[in-house]
Amino acid sequence: MLELVQPEKDTTPPSKHPLLIQGLTVTYAAQPAVFSIDLAIRPGAMTAIVGPNGAGKSTLLKAVLGILRPLSGKVSVFGAPLPKTLDRIAYVPQRASVDWDFPTRVIDVVLMGFYRQLGLLGRVRQKHRDGAMQCLARVGMDDFAERQIGQLSGGQQQRVFLARALAQNADIYLLDEPFAGVDAATERAIINVLKELRDQGRTVVAVHHDLSTVADYFDDVFLLNVTAIAHGPVATVFNDANLERTYGGRLATAKADPNLAAV
Amino acid sequence: MLADALLLQLGYNATLVTIGAMLLGMAAGLGGTFLFLRKRALVSDAISHATLPGIGLAFLVMTLLGGDGRGLPGLLLGAMLSAALGLLAVQWLTRRTRLGEDAAIGAVLSVFFGFGVVLLTAIQTLSLGQQAGLEGFLLGSTAGMLSGEAAMLAVSAALTLCLVLILRRPLTLAAFDPGFAQATGHDLNRIDLATMGIVLCITVVGLKTVGLILIVAMLIIPPVTARFWSQRVDHVVIISCLLGGAAGYVGAAISATAPNLPTGPIIVLVSFSFFAASLLLSPSRGVLSSLVQYRRFHRRVHVRQGLLALAHGQPILEPVTLRLLKRAGLVRADGVATDDGRGRAAKALLDEKRWDIVRGDLAFATAADRYDGLTAIESVLTADQIADVDTRIGAPKVVE
Repeated sequence: MLELVQPEKDTTPPSKHPLLIQGLTVTYAAQPAVFSIDLAIRPGAMTAIVGPNGAGKSTLLKAVLGILRPLSGKVSVFGAPLPKTLDRIAYVPQRASVDWDFPTRVIDVVLMGFYRQLGLLGRVRQKHRDGAMQCLARVGMDDFAERQIGQLSGGQQQRVFLARALAQNADIYLLDEPFAGVDAATERAIINVLKELRDQGRTVVAVHHDLSTVADYFDDVFLLNVTAIAHGPVATVFNDANLERTYGGRLATAKADPNLAAV
Repeated sequence: MLADALLLQLGYNATLVTIGAMLLGMAAGLGGTFLFLRKRALVSDAISHATLPGIGLAFLVMTLLGGDGRGLPGLLLGAMLSAALGLLAVQWLTRRTRLGEDAAIGAVLSVFFGFGVVLLTAIQTLSLGQQAGLEGFLLGSTAGMLSGEAAMLAVSAALTLCLVLILRRPLTLAAFDPGFAQATGHDLNRIDLATMGIVLCITVVGLKTVGLILIVAMLIIPPVTARFWSQRVDHVVIISCLLGGAAGYVGAAISATAPNLPTGPIIVLVSFSFFAASLLLSPSRGVLSSLVQYRRFHRRVHVRQGLLALAHGQPILEPVTLRLLKRAGLVRADGVATDDGRGRAAKALLDEKRWDIVRGDLAFATAADRYDGLTAIESVLTADQIADVDTRIGAPKVVE
């Protein structure tokens, strides 16, 4: 029997939500990539966005950041609309989206995290360089500050990206597949930094593909496959029934091979 | 003669042309850098070829209105308008159709250029009397550069410098990591528009000097050359500006030494000579240095492998390895290790064992990342750390 269910009323005022998404739809050509998403991220929690290939995980992040223009929907950050509040968000893009032969050193990349604060003409001062070095130290990359960015391994590059996000000193951290194709040492370094951020009361949202580590790494999980499937604490939401609804027939493959799910 | 030209001793007009070409080269080197880094170098070719119909139409309009058809401001205005139209056409084709940017550039470039050539041919048959000189825009002609034109080049160079200085951070972000640029509140469309605006101005201003066919070389060759010499975007921009200016100056000076030497092509050839020299000689990215590094790397691998074979008492089968070890005095002519060789072999074996421990211990994860079979362990770990590792190796065992 089909019933019309009145959803539970969310009584939290919008200004308390670090990230509040209402009715967000993004389309590519004639196909919705994500459809009518409602999502209220809990403050000070680590949330994983999980779903199969083509589920619209990256699309969702990009729409939140204004990189993609949604067809409809509203995104607000601590109750205020974007893009005014963009400086409260730090973003770590997928590694593949960058020109690795670009003439830039590791320290220059981290300094990019200060660009918004510096404006067009502000000079990069010693305090910025010191700040950038501290961010690099937090991800264990301070020895590599003078290297050209293309000389690093994939995991090292990912850590530099995280350091740049740290330099932004934001309240919300959005990461697109931060653990894709990185070595074990990098994965540990990144998760430690993310947990540090959470413990400082900041909000972390990451697209994540490895189902086996969701429970270890994250507090909340948002299951997505074009439409929202489920959202809540890992303990209550991250179960086989919901995963079945998210992945369908591909669940076995996704569980067996995290990398396959990431492609 | 060339010395005179380089010292600006060949008279007023030659001096004017030389300085003008230098300023144009500097502006093009600056503006071209971000175009190159954004991987949109060829868009400038579409822009420059798309100026031609504008030149022809401007000539016709001005003549029909009873004015002087060759008035430079009018011609350049026409060039700018039709180049902007060509640029819009490229962007529209890229965004709204399934064509890639390369195909869009090819289509726009050839259609606009073809239309321009038809217009120019038609103008010549119209017997309007004063049409001579429009072909000069194809390959550039500096024979009669006026001080006003030189001043225009100076102003546009200064303007480009200011723009690039103000926009250097957005331009860098857009070229390196467009997603991050947008996520930090930069409007990618406006940044690209600014880049194209800069390029459009340089192209139009440079039409008279180098001509529309070769202006792309002034925008692209200097940054490509500069890239050989630096790993930092701010340095690449400065080097590219200087190289562009030098090519313009030297090229114009050379062309002034003989009658009928075309300025634009000579500038391009000078610029290319800088490029060729950099391609060969650059210490980090040059052909010669990578060849040397490659050979040196091979030798180190051979020696390392040979030493480990000695340490394990295995025969060295590779003739190259044996030759290198002999040359270094590590083995005798009959293939038996010298004292020095045995010492180095023992050290190689010890280091290999140390690396084994480092790579098996997560506490050393960062150091373990640096393992490649060649890096000396002393360059990765401190003496204390190595001592700690050594305690875990255990005492040597008697070999039966």
